[in-house]
Amino acid sequence: MSERQQGIRRTLAMTRKETWQILRDPSAIAIGVVLPLLMLILFGYGLSFDIKNLPVAVVVEHSSADTSSAVSALRLSPWFAVHQVGTMNEAEQMMTEHKVNAILRFPPNFSRDLARGDATLLVAVNATDANTARIALAYVTGAIGIWQARDAKDGMTVPEIANIAIESRMWFNETNQSQWFLVPGVIVMVMTLIGALLTSLVIAREWERGTFEALFATPVRPSEILLSKTIPYFVMGMLGLAFSVAGSQLLFGVPLRGSLWLLIVVSSLYLLVALGIGLVISSVSKSQFLSNQLTFLVTFLPAIMLSGFIFDIRSMPVALQLITHIFPARYFVNSLQTIFLAGDVWPVILPDAAILAVMAAVLMRIAVKSTRKRIA
Amino acid sequence: MSETLYRIVALFRKELLAILKDAQSRVTVFLPPILQCLIFGYAASFDLNHVPYAVLDRDHSGASRALVAAIDGNGYFERVATLQKASEIPEQITEKRATLVVVIDKDFERQLMAGKTAKVQVIADGRNTNTAGTAQGYISAIVADFSRKWRNDNGHAAPPGVQVIARAWYNPNFETRWNMIPSLIGAITMMMTMILTAMSVAREREAGTFEQLLVTPYRPYEIMVGKALPCMLIGLIQATLVLLVAQLWFRIPFAGSYLILYLSLIEFLAASVGIGLFISSIAKNMQQAMIGSVVVIMPFMLMSGLTTPIMNMPKILQYLTAINPLRYAISMTRQIYLEAAGIAQLLPEMLSLLAIAAVTLPIAAWMFRNRLA
Amino acid sequence: MPVREKAQPVEIERVHKTFRRENGDTVKALAGVSFTAQHNTLTALVGPDGGGKTTLLRMIAGLVAADEGSACVLGMDAAADAQTVQERIGYMPQKFGLYEDLTVQQNLDLYADLHGIGIAARQTIYPRLMQMTALGPFTRRLAGLLSGGMKQKLGLACTLVSSPDLLLLDEPTVGVDPLSRRELWEIVRRQVRESGMTVIASTSYLDEAEFFDHTIALHLGKVLAEGRPQEIAARAAGRVFMASSATKATARALQSRLFRQPEIADAVPEAGLVRVVTHEAELPRNENVIYAPVTPRFEDGFMLLFRAAVGDIQATAIKLEHRPENAPAETAVEVRDLLRTFGDFVAVNHVSFDVRRGEIYGLLGPNGAGKSTTFRMLCGLIPATGGQLRVAGADLRTSRAEARAKLGYVAQKFSLYGDLSVDENLDFFASAYGLRGDRKRTRIAWAKAQFDLGAMATLPSGQLPGGYKQRLAMAAALLHEPEILFLDEATSGADPLARREFWGRITALAEQGVTVIVTTHFMEEAEYCDRVIIMDGGVALAEGSPENIRARAKRSDGHEPTMEDAFIAIVEASRQDLRKAA
Repeated sequence: MSERQQGIRRTLAMTRKETWQILRDPSAIAIGVVLPLLMLILFGYGLSFDIKNLPVAVVVEHSSADTSSAVSALRLSPWFAVHQVGTMNEAEQMMTEHKVNAILRFPPNFSRDLARGDATLLVAVNATDANTARIALAYVTGAIGIWQARDAKDGMTVPEIANIAIESRMWFNETNQSQWFLVPGVIVMVMTLIGALLTSLVIAREWERGTFEALFATPVRPSEILLSKTIPYFVMGMLGLAFSVAGSQLLFGVPLRGSLWLLIVVSSLYLLVALGIGLVISSVSKSQFLSNQLTFLVTFLPAIMLSGFIFDIRSMPVALQLITHIFPARYFVNSLQTIFLAGDVWPVILPDAAILAVMAAVLMRIAVKSTRKRIA
Repeated sequence: MSETLYRIVALFRKELLAILKDAQSRVTVFLPPILQCLIFGYAASFDLNHVPYAVLDRDHSGASRALVAAIDGNGYFERVATLQKASEIPEQITEKRATLVVVIDKDFERQLMAGKTAKVQVIADGRNTNTAGTAQGYISAIVADFSRKWRNDNGHAAPPGVQVIARAWYNPNFETRWNMIPSLIGAITMMMTMILTAMSVAREREAGTFEQLLVTPYRPYEIMVGKALPCMLIGLIQATLVLLVAQLWFRIPFAGSYLILYLSLIEFLAASVGIGLFISSIAKNMQQAMIGSVVVIMPFMLMSGLTTPIMNMPKILQYLTAINPLRYAISMTRQIYLEAAGIAQLLPEMLSLLAIAAVTLPIAAWMFRNRLA
Repeated sequence: MPVREKAQPVEIERVHKTFRRENGDTVKALAGVSFTAQHNTLTALVGPDGGGKTTLLRMIAGLVAADEGSACVLGMDAAADAQTVQERIGYMPQKFGLYEDLTVQQNLDLYADLHGIGIAARQTIYPRLMQMTALGPFTRRLAGLLSGGMKQKLGLACTLVSSPDLLLLDEPTVGVDPLSRRELWEIVRRQVRESGMTVIASTSYLDEAEFFDHTIALHLGKVLAEGRPQEIAARAAGRVFMASSATKATARALQSRLFRQPEIADAVPEAGLVRVVTHEAELPRNENVIYAPVTPRFEDGFMLLFRAAVGDIQATAIKLEHRPENAPAETAVEVRDLLRTFGDFVAVNHVSFDVRRGEIYGLLGPNGAGKSTTFRMLCGLIPATGGQLRVAGADLRTSRAEARAKLGYVAQKFSLYGDLSVDENLDFFASAYGLRGDRKRTRIAWAKAQFDLGAMATLPSGQLPGGYKQRLAMAAALLHEPEILFLDEATSGADPLARREFWGRITALAEQGVTVIVTTHFMEEAEYCDRVIIMDGGVALAEGSPENIRARAKRSDGHEPTMEDAFIAIVEASRQDLRKAA
């Protein structure tokens, strides 16, 4: 048998061993299968910026036909749960007690001002959650606008005035579903956990349990050990991808507008980068605890915070934007969002893929260089 | 009783010593909270600035140019391209050169002059739905402002509109950072303390020292308390670090009472340490303890109200968050930090946290001795 | 004949190796070691912990590079051509890396694949290995569920699967019972005989060195002596005696007295007498002791050399500040009908015994006999399935914390906090047992003095040399002056001198009224016990004083049987009965 065949055979044997170990440990399965599904469900159903039934106190100090009509319009809207109260004091009390998140106050002379064309509506929102508060404010303004337009139609014709109408269109996600853009996030997290966290863990475990010493004294090459640690977790990562894509299509109807093969190629590149990081970390640190901490800091947190899948990178300070370029997750998220929702947009995907490929190659090279069959 | 206290103090000291003995582990315990707070503080924001946009002005009139100038001058948007024809729009959006394209209709100025409704089209890149929505909102506000001003300047009648006057309680400028950073006090400490506690028993089991501990006069609950307190103390120190960054670096004014804040934090840490100890009492080895804590921390973080409000979730998920200590911590820290909440207002959260700690801690203590090795 | 010399499988020339500890200290593991292993021979590396045995073996396996000097293995440079060397050797590290979550067969297949053994070749190799190791019936069992002895045999099988030219074994028999040890070495010897293999093995069981072709004694990284075991033994010629007491003192008492005498290099109880090695060829004058000369063996020669190199050893007579209140013949431990099952498997099957106060009581048995399970039940670490159990008048599992304060426990594996220093560990365990103030200070000072730990006080305990770890574990267990001391294979892997020191302390403790319960795989250590119980398959086979036990195994040659002879005879007889019954 040639040396090459021998090498392939050793690699296969080691890979098989690794696979058996994965299949034997319930925690590995948990991270490969249960976690993607769990995250898909939580992301899909749990994470939503869309407000529904926001509790709102409505203060009507002087009731009139206009106020009743406005309040009933608010009541009909799916966004608000209206609690009508008589005085501002009561409303403020409710707000401090968190019974409502916003107060709408119709001033005493609302009807008169409305007729004159300069009515004001006072809105107070609890901005301890700034984003929700801002969305709520927009909804209130929108609801009042709609009410006014309809009221105007019902009554006599109002003379048209100079105005600008905005016609908004949201490309790639016409119905504005947040699930559509969160799914790439699930894939990034699953791949990061499997690629970096799990590999760095299993290697640290071999050091801690002393299994490497006996292994090192056999003909197996360092590169073969690395390969055998890469292959099973690569397959596991790809299974995680399959779960996430299938789940996102079945549960939320997320479209895949780009081609499947491109999705697979880009995901493979990212997975290789993650595996590379895991391998390098474990060659640096031989304790499970330290490996875990390092991997968490270097891969997992950046994948959530600095990848642009929840928080837009462009609104970060410039220094932080520069830092995001070090972490592979941003390139992957960027490409994923495009492949899923826009299609095979080469000018977006090619640079990302190229950077990921370079990162993967460099990390694997470092891993091979730093793994030597030496004790202590 | 005094014997018990003495033994607990001994274990407490030993645990702290083991965690903080060498410089390397001190760094891994205290540096990440500061770094995370800084990075998250800057990164975790839904407030936009420098949104790249392109404009297609088909009118080429004074009014249209004024509108473009208004958008440019607002500070939120940065014009990356000025287009000549509609066919150029797709590549701007698709290739992510611009997040928005503003299209001004051909007879924009004429319509306005005639006292009619002029049209502006806004096309957004929906791949990041949230950013797109927010950016569209910004444009709407700018355009509304612009039309009001235009009417004033050109002597047109104002519409019989209702002007909405908004006032934001507790966070006057609607800054995401103001709610994000107080929330991080809970999020960061939970992540670190839960892993720390989950590992502490698992590591002792793997090293065989746990059996040595079990043959000493320690009672299970003494071990539990002796293991929980050091982790809570470290959690409190981490929380203090985050609090310092929030006030000294990000300058977010603290409205509430420190006493109440720390009281709440202690309760929160007891609950999360309880969950950590519970995980470690089930785990067979360090790997399982670690994966177990990751699998628990992930959903806890997502379902805590940190990024999206709990009230937006489906009812079933909302009920499930009842067991999530972070949910209460975030709600409490925001209320104390920004709203200056008192104990009475925080009572529901405090009781829930107590309940979590009261269930997980005794189970963990029972598992120490009764788990078959 | 230089050419012929170069053809030897292992030629080590003046190798040096220095390691750096985490705190910056440097440790010289090897300081100019040279030796040659002849083709097709068994070479033993013996010597105390920290002597450099493991480093030397790793160097030969190409896992550690020498700082200086050369290691030539199978005609190649072990450092430069590590890969080629590793294709032709078999190396079994001390803590053999079996994958415990894989089955026996899967472990074996992995190593066969790594060595490129073809399917056809396996057809002949596997049955042979299975037959030798008797692992045949367990191929589908997880390696983690095997007993200690079977694990070692599986490790050996994994190393032998490639029929290597050179076999390196690092303490292959640590923690392995006498029966399995015999079987293991039988396998190794067969390889040398039949496959022409060269073997280098390190061991801390000096009796094992007896059948090696060549022995090398390493001490502090240097070769203390080398030669055939008979040559080493011959150095003690005329200085070895069997001593007995004229005043009918017990062998144990006599041993502890003799061992402390300056003119005596070594003294161990053996077959009811005390085997003594003297520094000079003349007897110590002592009218109460009767000496009869005997032929020296390897251990005698080694101890003589070793004591000369070490110089004076520490006084091992430990003094307790307070003797436990002693009512002789009172029962300290009472076990009735003890039963423990794991699923269908009965680990301890209705075992009963008593231990009286001040006794040294030994639990003996092959790996998997149920000793450890019994031990863990006694300490209250796992619950019993049935039967009664009283330790110091209480069931430790259900009793209050005060009952546990009466016992001390030294685990098989070092289980103090490795990242805490010696002082910090002692401080913690003293507090754990409720010592405080002045009393705590005096007890810690006492422990450090008794166990000579003063110089190491600030070193992280995980970095202590092996012997010191064991001392620290004992010190921590004795801080609170326990009435009962539990020692689980406390001497496993310890070097001969450390074991003698250890037993010196145990004997002294027992004399002062402490009850000691031990498990051990060194059968000669059973001689220190007042009474022993031998278990196998969860059942008690024999109980009684060492004399009683030995009396059950008369040797055909008329010699007094050793404890090991008796042990093997009793266990094998019981296993034969079982086979007949089945």
